[in-house]
Parts: sequence; structure tokens; C-alpha cells
Amino acid sequence: MNPVVELRGIVKRFPGVVALDRVDVDLRPCEVLGLIGQNGSGKSTLVKAIAGVQEPDEGEIRVRGVRQRLASPQMAASLGIGMVHQEQSLIGSLTVAENIYLDKPSDSYRFGWYRWRRLFDAARRQLDKIELDIEPDALVSTLTFAQRQMVELAKVLAVEELVEGQIVILFDEPTSVLGRSDIEALFRQIRRIGSRASVVFISHRMDEVLEISDRVYVLSDGEKVAERNRGATDPDELYKLMVGRQRAPDDARQSRLKGSEPQLLEMRGIVVPGHVHGVDLTVGVGEIVALIGVQASGAEELCRGLFGLNERMAGEISFAGHPAHIKGPTAAIALGIGYLPAERKVEGMVRGQTIAENIALTFGLDFGRAGTIIDRGKERREARLWADRLKLKATGIDERIERLSGGNQQKVVLAKWLMGRNLKLLILDHPTRGLDPGARGDVFRAIRELAASGLAILFIGDTLDEVLSLADALHVMRDGRITQSFPDLAAHRPHEEEIVRAMV
Amino acid sequence: MHAPVEKIVAPSGQWPGGAAEAATKIGAMRVPKNLANWAPMAALALLAAGFSLASSQFHTAANLQAILEASAVPLIIAVGITFVILQGSIDLSIEGVTAIAGIGLSLLAANSSSSLEFGWWGVTGVLVGGLLFGLANGALHHLLRMPSLIVTLSTWFIGLGVAALLFPSRQPQVLDQRLLDLSILKIAGISPIVYVSAAVLTVGVVLQGMTRFGRLSYAIGEDERLVRMSGIAMGRHKVAANAISGFTAALAGVFLTCQSGVGNPTAGQGFLFPAISAAVIGGTLLSGARGGVLQTALGVFILQVLENGMVLVGANPLSQQIVEGATITIAVAIGGYPLIRKLRVVK
Repeated sequence: MNPVVELRGIVKRFPGVVALDRVDVDLRPCEVLGLIGQNGSGKSTLVKAIAGVQEPDEGEIRVRGVRQRLASPQMAASLGIGMVHQEQSLIGSLTVAENIYLDKPSDSYRFGWYRWRRLFDAARRQLDKIELDIEPDALVSTLTFAQRQMVELAKVLAVEELVEGQIVILFDEPTSVLGRSDIEALFRQIRRIGSRASVVFISHRMDEVLEISDRVYVLSDGEKVAERNRGATDPDELYKLMVGRQRAPDDARQSRLKGSEPQLLEMRGIVVPGHVHGVDLTVGVGEIVALIGVQASGAEELCRGLFGLNERMAGEISFAGHPAHIKGPTAAIALGIGYLPAERKVEGMVRGQTIAENIALTFGLDFGRAGTIIDRGKERREARLWADRLKLKATGIDERIERLSGGNQQKVVLAKWLMGRNLKLLILDHPTRGLDPGARGDVFRAIRELAASGLAILFIGDTLDEVLSLADALHVMRDGRITQSFPDLAAHRPHEEEIVRAMV
Repeated sequence: MHAPVEKIVAPSGQWPGGAAEAATKIGAMRVPKNLANWAPMAALALLAAGFSLASSQFHTAANLQAILEASAVPLIIAVGITFVILQGSIDLSIEGVTAIAGIGLSLLAANSSSSLEFGWWGVTGVLVGGLLFGLANGALHHLLRMPSLIVTLSTWFIGLGVAALLFPSRQPQVLDQRLLDLSILKIAGISPIVYVSAAVLTVGVVLQGMTRFGRLSYAIGEDERLVRMSGIAMGRHKVAANAISGFTAALAGVFLTCQSGVGNPTAGQGFLFPAISAAVIGGTLLSGARGGVLQTALGVFILQVLENGMVLVGANPLSQQIVEGATITIAVAIGGYPLIRKLRVVK
């Protein structure tokens, strides 16, 4: 059978990375195609290219044998391609029926007037198709998250009225926020539509992909490294393929004498409803502890909670030997905790201000007179000191921060925390995200030096290579729990496959 | 953990056939589920009950009539601005439009200053002028991507300035008896202005519930990016909201001139704040997508009952503003409370 969608030599570049490197994909009629790979392997970029969300830089896309340019979601929809988004794309203040037909031509309104009955009838038919017991006139904001996911599915399935023949439905991590019973319901729907739709399914959970897919592609670093049919593979092989050519360099750290330093942070039974379900974690003075996990593993929420950014976090925290109640960032900073956010541009730096102003943002007043009056001179001397120590590349500390490269911006954010005289623990949330290899090396070096001088570091890594070369201890998280711990990486160095297995 | 999807039936009912019935239902006036939904209704009832106890005059037919009469002009303005607010924008230029419309009508209709005598055509001209003014607001906001706050702040002052320029050396007296009759005549004991305001409210409810414009106003207020991503040409809807707001402001100007019988460039003063407060008190959020025309009407009545009742019980007129301000604060606190919780739970 001829493929419904063919991709040939698809290339997509982002600044600093090649997200997709000459990828070929065939999507056959009536099949469920699974895509697996680590974070950043290019899965999402690939489906976005098919959905018309992001046009590839090179390569060609054929739909039902005809070469097409998919420049917008509307163009894709007109060819019968729809995407169920990871973040939902429904409007809560409208009814289910309106949402289903929001992005489609419909005879339910004429000259701007709604014909509600017609609209509801049409929506009812769409909902019936997947046997969904939701009233078309219900407001979306009154639905549960799982119900909305189903409405999203109905919305996408309605594209079949726009085209003849097979339709294509793309799922980008549809299960990451669903419970088990909801996932089963979703899978039933996917199997049900199998007779008239081809499905591409992305999930970070290996067992789910194997359960639902007829065929899987394995992606690694933007390349398609393998293709397997269901039954012709097993998880072990796929884990190996996912790791791919990615190998950690051999500059791992010296073994630290475990137990020689006192524990700085002890967390017991940490819970963040919906994200973290009971985590125990300790970080010693001068220790670098890494967390790694796929999306929605809970690592981010754990770190944000520790910095007081999630009021619903519960559990016991002891910091520097005393029980700590961290109610907000101010309390965290007072204890000596700093947090380098993943969203650097939004949460980490103040655009439009200079390097010096950004560095002095949090602790500038500590260098002022009597803690109330700013001492510019002292503040700037301190800022310059840290800029030099971190080898910041800029024309001077009065340069505006947005003119710097990503790596240098990150150094500024790092310097902001290092100015704190009381700093004991630094939380790094994806510290190397979006950095080129050179900048990454600089940031690594800085982190190592800081740890050597006694600062405790808790960081969330992006890649295996990163955590293995930087951390003393590693905890792998999945679905809000620590699934495996490697307390001393230098003494016992785990296989990459072992880590990946605990992640997915 | 979520319950299985199949077992959950979303709250709903059969859709009634009649347009009017449907319209009231669509107006987001569904079964009240949280505090914010029924709080304005309760507040109105509470105020009415309180004033009835405090003053024997409050509950008289004459006083209820007076409240309706006083509510008419604020209601017209507030219904118009509700669409702008639903979309998450704001229209500050209302007082400017009202001023131009008021002074314009007093010069276009038979009057003591100019020799013009356009009568109803004068009214039509002024209303079209208000519509165009709003259109310009919307176009500036949408095409130049300027924040509506800034656009309408500047056109507010432009409107006031134009009105002042139009003002001749002597205050124009309206001599067209048909216009003056609008506030003097009574139909079933109520002046035509009240009927017009009721008509405006009805049109507002229909627009909100029965048209693509109305429904998309909610969508735009909630997530403009998503609406654009859905391939919807939404510029026209944003411009339309501003045009409606301009039109209703001009209509208010017409009635203010008819009521006072003279052209006055400051006639619209003091109508912007109550209009916005009415929307907020009724439960329409300034951030858009929540509330609606009926909620706004409720807010208008709450403010009017408050004002009326405080006069009746002999409260210091100066303290009225304090009470009004406090009411708004409380309304926003109550209206926003469930939302705070929601932001924490909903993704």
C-alpha cells in the first residue's frame, strides 16, 4: 500500500542545533506509528513538520503521493492532517461544539449568526463517533482534563469531513498528564479510529508506545536510527538504540569521600500533588547531585518547590541541620538557596538592564550601607569580580544583557546567585539548555569550581552525557518518583542503557 | 487520578428552540456553580432588602421608576463596553464620544445657536459618528497593534477636546420638541429612554449569544493566540467591539442632551468609571472571557440601587464614592477568589 504521508530528507535547524537531520518517514494507511527517543531527539519537531506547525528547512513532504507544502495548521487540516496537542488547544469559555468547529468551515453559522441546533447536532455526531458521553453544549471549562483530551480528539477527528479517504492524526505526548484509566480510554479511541486514520504517536513512556504502535521509529539526535515492527523488538533493544552514539566522555570526576561531609539538605516524603509522589533526597556540602528524567518526570516541580515556587508542596525538609519551611523564594534565599530557572529569558534575567544591574539584582543591597542604601561602587566591583571569574565575554559590565549570547547570559544569571555571601545550595534547572558546546563547557567548569569551594549543587540535566560528566550522585525520576539512584557515580559508573531504562 | 471518561456526563440540558430563551441561556448564565456567579445577584437582593428596611420610600413604585430612569444611560454605555472588556481590551474613550455626541446633537437639531435643523437625521448622524469613532479606536488598536488602553486614553482626550471646540460662545439650547419629549413623555409611566436601554440590553444579549462575533469575543478574551492559530480573521471582531462601544456611548450622549435640553461638553463626565465598575461588579473580568452583558446589567443596577438608597437614608453624598469604591473592591475580591484557586489547579 502506498504511504499516506511520506517525508524525504527532512532537515530542521534551530540556532546551534540540527533538530532533524535528513529524516525519512513513511506513514502507511491504517497504522499506528510510534516515535521514541530521548528529550531533544527530534520527535516533536518531526510531528510539527507534518502538522504544518513548523516548516522544515529542507526536504519534501508528500501527502497521498502529491508533493505538498505544509506552511500552516490550516493547510495541513485541509489535507486531512490534525494534531492533538500536548498543551490543549481548547477555549474554556466556549461550548464543546464551538470548540470542535472553531478552526473549520461549517454551515452552523451563516452571515455571522449561529444556528445552534445545527451546530450541536454536528458536534453530537463527532462526539458519537468516538462514543463520547459529553454534551455538545457543555462549557469546556466545566470538563475534566481527561474529558478535554477526548474533546481535543473529537475536534481533530472532525477533519475527516473536510477530505476524502484516510486522515492523519498526530499525537504529541497525549498521555503525559493522564491517569492509567484515561490512557486506556484514549487507546481504545485510537484503535477505534484505526480503520480510517493513520496515527503518529509520541510518548515518553516506552511501554505505552509498544502497546499501541504497529511500528516504531527510534530517533536519536535528530536522526532516525532504527525502524522496528511490533513483535520484532523488545524494550532492551530500543533502550540501546535510544542511547545511540551518545557516549559520555571520560572526564568524570574523582570519587568523593562519601560521608566525609555533613549533609546540607535532606528531603523526606516530598509530595507535589499531580507531579511528585514521595521523593527522598539528600545533598551534601560541596556535592553535585543530578536529577534526570523525561518530561513530566517531576524533577522540575521538585526543584521549583524547594525554592518555594509551589505552595502545594508537602513533606519534610531539613536544611543545614534545621527543619525548614520554605514558603516562597524570599524564604529560600534567606536560607541560602539559589535557583537558576530553565526559562532563563523569562524568569532568570531582566531584559533591557545591564550585566551589572542583573548581577546585583538579588543581593546588591548586601553590599550597600546598613543594608538599606545602595552602594553602586561596591556593587559594581563585586559584579565585575564574578564576571571575571566566570570568564564572561562582554565589552563591559554595562552592556545590556540581551546583547549577550545564551551562554554568557547564563553566566550572568549564575553570577547573580554567587554574589550571595550566604549561598549554600544552588539549584540549576536545565542549566545548559540552548547553549552551544563551548558555553556549556564554561558553565560546567564554573559549576565544578563552585562545588569544590563547598557549594552544594542540585541540578536537572538535559542529557546523560551531561549528568555523567558533572555529577557526584544521580537520581533518575519517572512519573514523580525516583526510580533509580546512583549515589556515587565515580565508584560505580552505570551504563547509559541502565539510566534510560529507569527514565522511560 | 481522573475518573473514567465514559462515566462522566457533563452538566447540560436540552437546548430549547426559542431564540429568546436560547439567548438568555447562552449568555453564560448557566447554573451558578461558585460564589462569583451568584454573589452579584445576592448583593443586589441584600441591598434592596436593606434599604427597604431603612427607608419606607425605597420600596415605592415611584422610587423603583426613578432607579430605572437613572440606570438607563449607564446601562446603555455599560452594555457596549462589555464586549470590549470580554475581549480583554478596554475602551476609555467613552466620555469623549459621549461629549462629542451630546454637543453635536445640540448643534445639529433645532437649537438656539446654529441654524441647522436636522431633527432625527441629527440623531442618526451623531450615532454614526460614534460608531466611526469606535471603529477608529479598533482599527488603531488592531492594525497598529497598540494597546487599547493607550489608544482609547488618547482618543478620550481628543474627544473631549473636539467637544470643547464645537462648543459655541453661548450654550446651545435644544429646541426640537420631539427630542425633549424623549425624557418628558412617559409610556406606562416610564420614559422612552428606559425602553431604549432595555432594547440595547436585549440586542446585547442576542449579539453575545447568537452571533459568531459574540462567541468569538469570549474566545479572543481567553486566548487570542489560539484564535489566530485557528485561522480565524479576528480583526473584524475586535474592531466591531470598539465600534459597538462607540455607538452606545454616542447613544448615551444623545439621551443626556435630551434630558438636560442643552449642549454641554462635560455631559459625559463621570460615566466611564461607573460603566467599568458595573461590568466588574457584575462579574465580568477585565482580563476578558468571563461574564457578559446580563452580568453587567446586574452591576449597573447594584450601583444605582446603592446610590439611590444612600440618598434615601440620608447618607452624606460625599461618602457615596467611598462606598462605591469599597463595593468594587469587594466585588473584585470575591470574583477573583475562585480564579486564584483555579490558576493553581488548572494547567
